[in-house]
This record gives sequence, C-alpha cells and structure tokens, in this order.
Amino acid sequence: MSEHTLDARRLLCPMPVIRTQNRVNELQTGDTLIVTCTDPGVLNDIPAWCRINGHKVLNTIQQDDEIIIEVQVC
Amino acid sequence: MSKQYKAAALISGGLDSLLAAKVMLEQGIHVEGINFFTGFCVEGHTAAIRKKHQDKPKRNNALWSAEQLGIKLHIVDIVEEYKDVLINPKHGYGANMNPCLDCKIFMVNKAKQWIEENDFDFIITGEVMGQRPMSQRKELLPVVANESGADDLLLRPLCAKNLPQTKPELEGWVDREKLLAFHGRNRKPQMALAKEFGFEDYASPAGGCCFLTDENYASKLVDLWQARNERDYEMDDIMLLKVGRHLRPKPYFKLIIGREEGENKFMQGYTKVFTHIKTVSHAGPLCLIDGPVDKNDLEYAAQIVARYSQGKNEDAVTLSITRDKEEPYEVTVKPLSADEVKQEWHV
Repeated sequence: MSEHTLDARRLLCPMPVIRTQNRVNELQTGDTLIVTCTDPGVLNDIPAWCRINGHKVLNTIQQDDEIIIEVQVC
Repeated sequence: MSKQYKAAALISGGLDSLLAAKVMLEQGIHVEGINFFTGFCVEGHTAAIRKKHQDKPKRNNALWSAEQLGIKLHIVDIVEEYKDVLINPKHGYGANMNPCLDCKIFMVNKAKQWIEENDFDFIITGEVMGQRPMSQRKELLPVVANESGADDLLLRPLCAKNLPQTKPELEGWVDREKLLAFHGRNRKPQMALAKEFGFEDYASPAGGCCFLTDENYASKLVDLWQARNERDYEMDDIMLLKVGRHLRPKPYFKLIIGREEGENKFMQGYTKVFTHIKTVSHAGPLCLIDGPVDKNDLEYAAQIVARYSQGKNEDAVTLSITRDKEEPYEVTVKPLSADEVKQEWHV
C-alpha cells in the first residue's frame, strides 16, 4: 500500500475527475491518492465517482482556495 | 446459466440516456456508462467559475445519472481527438458551430472501440428519432450506425421499434417488445417514463449540453480562428472563451475582461502566460490580453479596462500592466466613455 499525489489545481470539472479516474486505474487496491483541486465542483464529483466505482473518500480538507481529497483505492 | 450480455451506454447526463440505460437494466443487461469530455461540455464549468451561479448545485449530471442507475461510469477525455471533428466536420455544422452528426458518429465509433477492448456486446444511446434537427432525423440515424462502424451493434432503446432490428434484438439478447417507439420533439413520453422509473431531479430536458450550440460562444470561436488565421485551438483557448467579456478593439489583439470576482479569480491562473492589466486605484476587473501588443496598445487597453472599473466616471484611474515576464508597471489613464467603447468590439 502506498500513497500517491495528484495536482488537479486550475482544472475545471470534469477534468479533475478524469485525472483521478485515470490515476486510480494505475494504482493497487489499498493505495491512497491525495488529489489537490481548486474547482469546488470536485466536492460533489470526486465522491460521486468514488461511490459509483467502489472506491472510498477517506478525507476532505478545504483550505483557502484549495480542496484536498484523499481517495482510497478499493 | 445463460450469459448476461453487456452494453456500453453513452451517458450525456440528460434524461434520454438515463432512460435508455434504465430500459436495458430492466431487461437484465449489464450496463456500464461512457461519458465523453470534448472540452465544450456545458457541465459545471460556468457554474464553477461564476459566483452568481454558485447557488446552483455543482453536480456532474453524467455521474449523477450513473449513480441513479447503479452503474459504473467511464469518463473519457477526447479533447485532442475532437479537434478534427470540430474543425473538419464531414457533414457540416448545425445552427452555430455544432457538428452534431459528426460528433455523434465520432462518439459511437469511440464506443465501438471501447466495447471491443472491454469485451462488451453492444452499444446503446438515448437517441430519439426526430427529436433533434441535425443528428436524430430519421434518415440520419442509419448514417450514425454505418459511418461509426457500429452498424447493427448500435441499439436505441427509446425508439428501437421505429427502426430495423439490430443484432441484440435479432439474437434475442434483448426483448424488442419491451423497447420503445418514441419519436419527435414531444418530451412527455420521456417524462412519464422517468416518473414510472422514479427518477426525479434529472437534468432539464430542454438544456443544451454543448457550448458549440451557443451562438455567443460560437461567434467567439470563429473570431479566434479569424484573428489567428488558422482553425485550431488549445484547451486554454476554449476555456477562456467561456469566461469574461471579450472585446477586440484592433484586429490583432483581444481583451478578456472579468465580469465578476469568480471570473477574475479563475483568470488569475492565466496571468503567468498572458499580458494582463489590473486596476490599482479603484476596484475593477482583471484583463487578459490575447495577441501581440505594443506600449500604445497597452495604454489604450488600460483606458478600456478602466471603463469597467469603479473609477469609470473619474478623470484618472491607475492600472498595473504586466507584459510577458517583465516587471509590472503602472499607468494612469482617463477611462473611455461608454460611447467610445464601440459596440462592434464586442465579440
């Protein structure tokens, strides 16, 4: 199990979701991916994508204009 | 145990594709969704940028549809490949810059590749015969099937009974009797079916999903191509066409002026690559400049930007200009009057 990061700042939805999806597809079950975004749309879209595809959102942090979402690959 | 057949559903986020997928699920078909991102999808962008839209929910309707259906959704980035569809549409454009028929053919062709790579059996779409003037006319539905290469593997559950049988029907993978015969622009049958399935709060049936059907957006795209003397674009170009007021005071440069805080904030991300102007003495917009400009052009641009600041009626407004990677410098100008900002500059 390893931790990975993804910079999706300045991207507007659905691009952060697409980048997350493509990255998660390369990872192993149990790995985590920390995605940093600026589009508030990700607050709905990344959790929705995770629910649909069976992955887990472990944590969501909003600080200043950035949103950090931690996804666990299931 | 009989085989469970698998269909890839083109999910746009609208009602029709939602219903088409549901009709298949009701027949026991394994359905997974594919949603193509062209860069021109209306989904989310403007709402994400503009503060005034922030009361609206920022959901992605394709993801929402998939969640309602309980199916997986694969979102596919086709921005680069889509350029050729938009720039050279074999079947031409619709009312604006929308190459709807070529777009549908392209997407179904991509879906055909996807089912081959993922061992699926057929493709479904939410097309309804006669519903849209360009891509869903009766005589054009076979064109989509033929030119995409999907042929009889393309099933349209909402209007299948108006069409020749496809392989999934002929082979008994699906029951044709349980498919539908919707046609025309009347949306009531879809709404009734949505109610029957218990779908509420689906995306507005009248809502367009592509910026290329929007007259204002299309005119900005045409202006961009004319100014650059080539029909090409990058992702940043098409994003910026969605933002701000676009004014072209001279043929060789254009101003993109933020209309409100959300747009200014979004445009801030482009200041490293664009010459830009910000008001200093008064509250005002951020302006990005697209095109080669000299010092005189910049001073003139500053006068225009000042017109859209809180100091528009003052004699002097100070602005900061940052050109390429040079240090910013300040200029103090008299804002142009309303009459001096020519109507024909507005793209």
